[in-house]
Amino acid sequence: MITLKPSLFAFAAAALSVTASAQTAAPAPVAPSPAVEQAAGPIAPVDLPTISPSPAMDPVASTTSIGTSAPLAEIGQPINKRLGLQPQVTPTGQQAEWMHNAILMPVMVGISLLVLGLMVFVSARFRRKANPVASKTTHNTIIEVVWTLLPVLILVVIAVPSISLLAAQFTPAPKDAVTLKAIGYQWNWGYEYPDHGISEFTSNMLPEQASVASGTRFRNDADGPRLLAVDNRVVLPVNTPIRLLTTGSDVIHAWAIPAFWIKMDAIPGRINETSFTVEKTGVYYGQCSELCGIKHSAMPIAVEVVSKEDFAKWVRAKGGKMPGDADAAATAPVTPAVTVAPIPATSAAPVAATK
Amino acid sequence: MSEAVATAHSFDAASAHDHSHADEKPGFFARWFMSTNHKDIGTLYLIFAILAGIIGGAISGVMRLELADPGIQYLPWLAESLHGAAANAQAAEVQGLHMWNVLITAHGLIIVFFMVMPAMIGGFGNWFVPIMIGAPDMAFPRMNNVSFWLLVPAFLLLLGSGFVTGGSGPGAGTGWTVYAPLSTSGSVGPAVDMAILSLHLAGASSILGAINFITTIFNMRAPGMTLHKMPLFVWSILVTAFLLLLALPVLAAAITMLLTDRNFGTTFFDPAGGGDPVLYQHLFWFFGHPEVYIMILPGFGIVSQIIATFSKKPVFGYLGMAYAMVAIGVVGFVVWAHHMFTVGMDVNTKMYFTAATMVIAVPTGIKIFSWIATMWGGSLSFKTPMMWSLGFIFMFTVGGVTGVLLANGGIDNYMHDTYYVVAHFHYVLSLGAVFSLFAGFTYWFPKMSGRHLSEALGQMHFWVFFIGVNVLFFPQHFLGLQGMPRRIPDYPSNYAYWNEISSYGYLIMAAGMVIFFVNVAYAFMAGRKAEDSPWGEGATTLEWTLSSPPPYHQFETLPKIN
Repeated sequence: MITLKPSLFAFAAAALSVTASAQTAAPAPVAPSPAVEQAAGPIAPVDLPTISPSPAMDPVASTTSIGTSAPLAEIGQPINKRLGLQPQVTPTGQQAEWMHNAILMPVMVGISLLVLGLMVFVSARFRRKANPVASKTTHNTIIEVVWTLLPVLILVVIAVPSISLLAAQFTPAPKDAVTLKAIGYQWNWGYEYPDHGISEFTSNMLPEQASVASGTRFRNDADGPRLLAVDNRVVLPVNTPIRLLTTGSDVIHAWAIPAFWIKMDAIPGRINETSFTVEKTGVYYGQCSELCGIKHSAMPIAVEVVSKEDFAKWVRAKGGKMPGDADAAATAPVTPAVTVAPIPATSAAPVAATK
Repeated sequence: MSEAVATAHSFDAASAHDHSHADEKPGFFARWFMSTNHKDIGTLYLIFAILAGIIGGAISGVMRLELADPGIQYLPWLAESLHGAAANAQAAEVQGLHMWNVLITAHGLIIVFFMVMPAMIGGFGNWFVPIMIGAPDMAFPRMNNVSFWLLVPAFLLLLGSGFVTGGSGPGAGTGWTVYAPLSTSGSVGPAVDMAILSLHLAGASSILGAINFITTIFNMRAPGMTLHKMPLFVWSILVTAFLLLLALPVLAAAITMLLTDRNFGTTFFDPAGGGDPVLYQHLFWFFGHPEVYIMILPGFGIVSQIIATFSKKPVFGYLGMAYAMVAIGVVGFVVWAHHMFTVGMDVNTKMYFTAATMVIAVPTGIKIFSWIATMWGGSLSFKTPMMWSLGFIFMFTVGGVTGVLLANGGIDNYMHDTYYVVAHFHYVLSLGAVFSLFAGFTYWFPKMSGRHLSEALGQMHFWVFFIGVNVLFFPQHFLGLQGMPRRIPDYPSNYAYWNEISSYGYLIMAAGMVIFFVNVAYAFMAGRKAEDSPWGEGATTLEWTLSSPPPYHQFETLPKIN
């Protein structure tokens, strides 16, 4: 697997300069960042991918349907009228969900009801008719000490699992983790698998049928819900530690999947790292979570979690290589990656071809 | 509590008899445009805050209208009616989407800087701090006037920024936080510069006001009015003034750096020149977190006065109450990064800010329990101001406990920038700060105007508004728990149900506001004349020893406090 360093370098370079530096980054084993072509300006409309010319251009991609399965009904996306959290599919997410449901909710509801109960009691018991003469009590040291120390104790009870949750979330990914890089653009996401030699591809929100010209790809139900479905999903292996790197190319974005309990800002000039392990296959949706301009609501994140075998197949179909694939990589599958790489992110045609 | 019982009505009677002198008012223009009278300036602030509140509230109405259903419905139309027709359908869509960002930015800035702060500090602070400490006026009356008149051009600049280009369309669409680089390279055009200048002026106004309050409270207290006898409202304004004095210069620095990044080629927040966008966030929130206490602390003070008055009982644990506010103010300065839990902080930093933030719950809890203890054993009457105060205590508690949840850095990964946060800060501000504003308004209206509001309309206003804001904001917790991001004009259809209910809540709330304005109109046209101390023996602070409205110059002979 590729170490972090060269990719860090490529990212820093791409973020630091919107003109020439992508070329200097070329020696690094990642594709030139589309930041270059992307930087047309904040109003530049996002060109939506077209289906028409694609299948011919990328014969490998057309052989796989991995990354296109229909979403699960109850998991990975919001549910109408639902009251609670989205179901969690990562260990840290489940730990946080437990803390939310078993510790924080009872504490919050308990304190609110205690205050409400006291107020109702006081209002009834000490209303002017029931208690025409007010007492003159203004101090009671014991009760003041109690209502200072009791909240301290409650906070300690909250702080202990809170700190251990943070520690769990910050446990670095192991060396053999799959590295995914998410690059935020106005207004789409670019993804890269530097360890697998998959150079950056663009993930655009799929438009509705009514709003596109004929011949342009639009969303159908298998893609996912409106405003959440994308043309090219992130594909990740199940039960495998994932190292997520995020950065932004123009303004700050945030990469978020509620079902993973993951939200990480994508900041120009910085690379943020976090890790997670998904324990259930399926399709998971999230939305950009930092105000990034006019189409902030139209740059969703869609992750399809597949079996490890399917992930390997998908990687190869994408022109990448799995860690054991040294020989194969040296020969054949390099070519598609090369054809894909220099294409600007905004005209995502060759990438759309994989669909 | 302070028990600032004036020894004698003598000074009051004296000034009342001496009408010719004490009530000698300047002509209209000199009185309202060149004012040096703290009560007149307070009135100006209140009128200003009400006007700004109407605008800021109307903007949130447009937002709730757009969010009532999934899809984009009204924004392009609104943009076109404000700025003229777009060239084509795509341009109209862009204009509409930009309009959304302008609306959310304007709503936040207007409510924070031009409604809550002017009303709390400029309005009630100006009106009642000098009176409550037995002073004839503020320490620097003319600077007081400057403070107010800086706000007017500030507000005009902000409104005007909506009509010059700000990148994708007219207006500043950066969010009230004005994060770089969206506010620098991401928003080309003068709109953001105008908004920044507006904040500069509003900030200067507040800093001058803060200096004035601190000087007044430290130097102009009547004989016997020691710091530990001051009414809690004065304490709250004192702490608030210190927060303003320490926090606003940092904001001024941050937005000045934005300005030079935008116009003069500096790169404080631009990584291409060695800067860092996160630096802006640190600076902004170093101001921004104390700012939320600036908005709520005077509310604590108001509620303390009202609870005591309507319980006929001094505030329980006066010193604890005063120093709880001091503690909140101090700790409020060292918790700012909990607004930035997802920027990629170090684990130790995140643990520190988690712990420090939770600490604030302790003094806040002391205040909540002390209010309840004040009522305990009291003789409670449930007049309108008391209802608002009771509503405040409970709603602030609800907003407070969700704040404890959000304080947990590990939990906040999920909630950050979702509607859960929106619900939280509207519970502490829209149902906290705004409730305390209505509490203060209804409590002091007879004193300020000499007229009574209608008690029936007041109760109606409270209940309709109370139901409205809860229907409006409580479902937003559910939206946040399902992951709905904030600041989006369109959302996946599965967020539709609670959004629709939330928008109905806005309508109920708006109906409540109609009752409020009817009530105020009624009071001025037909309201009963107010006695000197209309709330009875529970009201022990000095303002109730004066006539309603007070003489133009009060306390020409200083009162003596036991």
